[in-house]
Amino acid sequence: MSTFEFLLQGIVIAAQPMNLLYALIGVTLGTAVGVLPGIGPALTVALLLPVTYKLDPGGSLIMFAGIYYGGMYGGSTTSILLNTPGESSSIVTALEGNKMARAGRGGPALATAAIGSFVAGLIATLALAFIAPFVVKLALVFGPREYFALMVLAFVTVSSAFGDSTLRGLTSLFIGFALAIIGIDQLTGQARMSFGIPDLLDGIEVTTLAVAMFAIGESLYIAAQGDLGPDKVEAVKGSVWMNRQDWARSWKAWLRGTAIGFPIGAMPAGGAEIGTFLSYATEKRLTKYPEEFGNGAIEGVAGPEAANNASAAGTLVPLLTLGLPTTATAAIMLAGFQQYGLQPGPLLFATNPQLVWGLIASLLIANFMLLVLNLPLVGLWVKLLTIPKPWLYAGILLFATLGTIGANPSVFELGMLLAFGLLGYVMRIFGYPIAPVVVGLILGPLAEQQLRRALAISQGDVTVLFTSPVAAVLLVIAAAALIVPLILRARGRGEVLSQLAASED
Amino acid sequence: MKQFFLASILAGALALPAVAADYTIIAPANPGGGWDQTARSIQSVMQSEGISGNVQVQNVPGAGGTIGLAQFASQSAGNANALIVGGYVMVGAILTNKSPVTLNDVTPIARLTGEYEAIVVPADSPLKTMGDLVEALKKDPGAVSWGGGSAGGTDHIAVGLIAKAAGVDPTKINYIAFSGGGEALAAILGSQVTAGISGYGEFESQVKSGTLRLLAVSSAERIAGVDAPTIKESGLDVVVQNWRMVAAAPGLTDEQKAAVSADIEKLAKSAGWQETLKTKGWQDTYLAGDAFKEQLAKDVSATETVLKDIGLVQ
Repeated sequence: MSTFEFLLQGIVIAAQPMNLLYALIGVTLGTAVGVLPGIGPALTVALLLPVTYKLDPGGSLIMFAGIYYGGMYGGSTTSILLNTPGESSSIVTALEGNKMARAGRGGPALATAAIGSFVAGLIATLALAFIAPFVVKLALVFGPREYFALMVLAFVTVSSAFGDSTLRGLTSLFIGFALAIIGIDQLTGQARMSFGIPDLLDGIEVTTLAVAMFAIGESLYIAAQGDLGPDKVEAVKGSVWMNRQDWARSWKAWLRGTAIGFPIGAMPAGGAEIGTFLSYATEKRLTKYPEEFGNGAIEGVAGPEAANNASAAGTLVPLLTLGLPTTATAAIMLAGFQQYGLQPGPLLFATNPQLVWGLIASLLIANFMLLVLNLPLVGLWVKLLTIPKPWLYAGILLFATLGTIGANPSVFELGMLLAFGLLGYVMRIFGYPIAPVVVGLILGPLAEQQLRRALAISQGDVTVLFTSPVAAVLLVIAAAALIVPLILRARGRGEVLSQLAASED
Repeated sequence: MKQFFLASILAGALALPAVAADYTIIAPANPGGGWDQTARSIQSVMQSEGISGNVQVQNVPGAGGTIGLAQFASQSAGNANALIVGGYVMVGAILTNKSPVTLNDVTPIARLTGEYEAIVVPADSPLKTMGDLVEALKKDPGAVSWGGGSAGGTDHIAVGLIAKAAGVDPTKINYIAFSGGGEALAAILGSQVTAGISGYGEFESQVKSGTLRLLAVSSAERIAGVDAPTIKESGLDVVVQNWRMVAAAPGLTDEQKAAVSADIEKLAKSAGWQETLKTKGWQDTYLAGDAFKEQLAKDVSATETVLKDIGLVQ
């Protein structure tokens, strides 16, 4: 049978009423846990595993897939409306999305996130169905040195994309690096900068830092302003829906986000966050409205949201073809497979085609359901912003704290949440961007580990970093991204650039 | 029926804090890993076999299980309803992290499962047998890069033992730690490292499909259904097993200890547990009482020796 016939057969299986119900339960639960900071899809699937033991394998896996997609989407709602990223992959969404929401454009922001997620999910799921075996071969080409080159590229593009001042952006990034060093060094097992505190041995949790910096810092900032707060939040200005210009600016960003997110999700050491960073940086470079970035540019929401959903589908590529779980949720889904005596891997497509294609088809259906579930709710969600500030921010604090406690019941974790909240507040007062801190915490350890792995494998020979074709190309792109603006400036076009930089304020 | 189903899902999703549980099991790791799966398997078998009416699993991740262990030892003292899952990796982590809380601060009940290590190379590797690999290692230890799980874990310890048995300086081994067997698998498949080492289950489907060549397993005897010699057969006296256990809280009375031990024995002997072992591909290594205590002490001192040899523990 051809791929296409398999897929059709899968859709028939997934469209059975019971399976549709599982998919609906999955996306609803997934959206709910995505909204709560801290509690992620991984924990939810783990909690449901014993419950689903009695169900048939197809049904429960369909439900898990729904939770996974739902969780990826749900995080964006709180990011946009409350500046509180529910998941680490929706941190970037908060940057532009929340600015849009404050300018009364929360509706279009939510809509472009929902539709972008749908478009990306659709394309990426189809890509999963048709080109998974090829993508996985490509992903395996990526060894430590290629990952390191990718990280270098990410640093160069990302540090220039966040905030108005490069110096301030880099300062924030290095605060993130410093925090990233804390904890057990992965390659040697030795503790660094943990000062004998056991809770620090595992390093600083990304979601704790993100929730603290964004939600707690923001709440403190608003509270400190008292009634004098200048930025009056307008719940809705203009239409709740996207206008013609919104569509025109969104669709390319969706496609680019998908193209960036899917392959990065498919890489064994990738991760949804990296795709969102790169997508944001790309959109900022390509936009025709650079002055809007930092003030609520719709591309800055559309691209990263598409990227994070595309990478969710990408994650399933190594899971289904190699049996290789690359995220916590994928690891639990693997446990789900094993619960039914199925071993994901190169043989799964051959031994259990119904199940694999049923799963892929149900991803398509879950994707439709997310859109159906979320678009009508956009009008309701934006009403959240009409809640009086004291109530709203009290609620945000409550959710942030609950989420952190739910994920890791520890007093120390709560202390860190408050401490980083204060740090976020101080940085905000002095005009330092906070997103690069989180970026540093996520990318710093990846870059360090991959560099050290590459050098360990080569026994200290630095030239290996440039001799792989893939790594060389990535490094050349990174160098170009760094040098070209300098050359342009030197040739007298600097005024334009600095003007652009100034207007980003 | 549907309402019941929905209600049970909601109850499952909302029941984060333990509500009057007969047993609360701490899984000292993130959801999805081996300890988490062990804890959740115990949970479902205990409930389905009627050993306990209500079992909750709580994840307290971090630092090779030592965070969960420390929390368990301090908060559950004297509580006969509290259990923690642990294993060989925890033994190593306690030593490398200089954890103030050790397995002496809890009440180990029984070893439950085990998994042997497998050594693999990519299918196109010039190394055909374990002997070839050992030869290469003897010639230039640094040129043989080993991809495996976290530093100081079972995989790393096994490589240290192999080097020592082969007469190679264990501090010279080139062990590349990945954040889990999965990420290591990708590096092995992409021929980024010379050889890979991890639990057999991580490699099973790749070995069956022929993309990886299985050189040896770390058991004492050949494993039924696995077509590979043991490390012992290649002349190196190395047997490593990544076992997992369950422990109870410190400060229990003898009666309480006996009651918990009886429940765990019932679990280990049940048909449901045997079925779970089969589907997960875990070996049954049930060992309880004084025999387990003795074995545990032996494992701890052997691990300490090898970690010192590798240079991870001073």
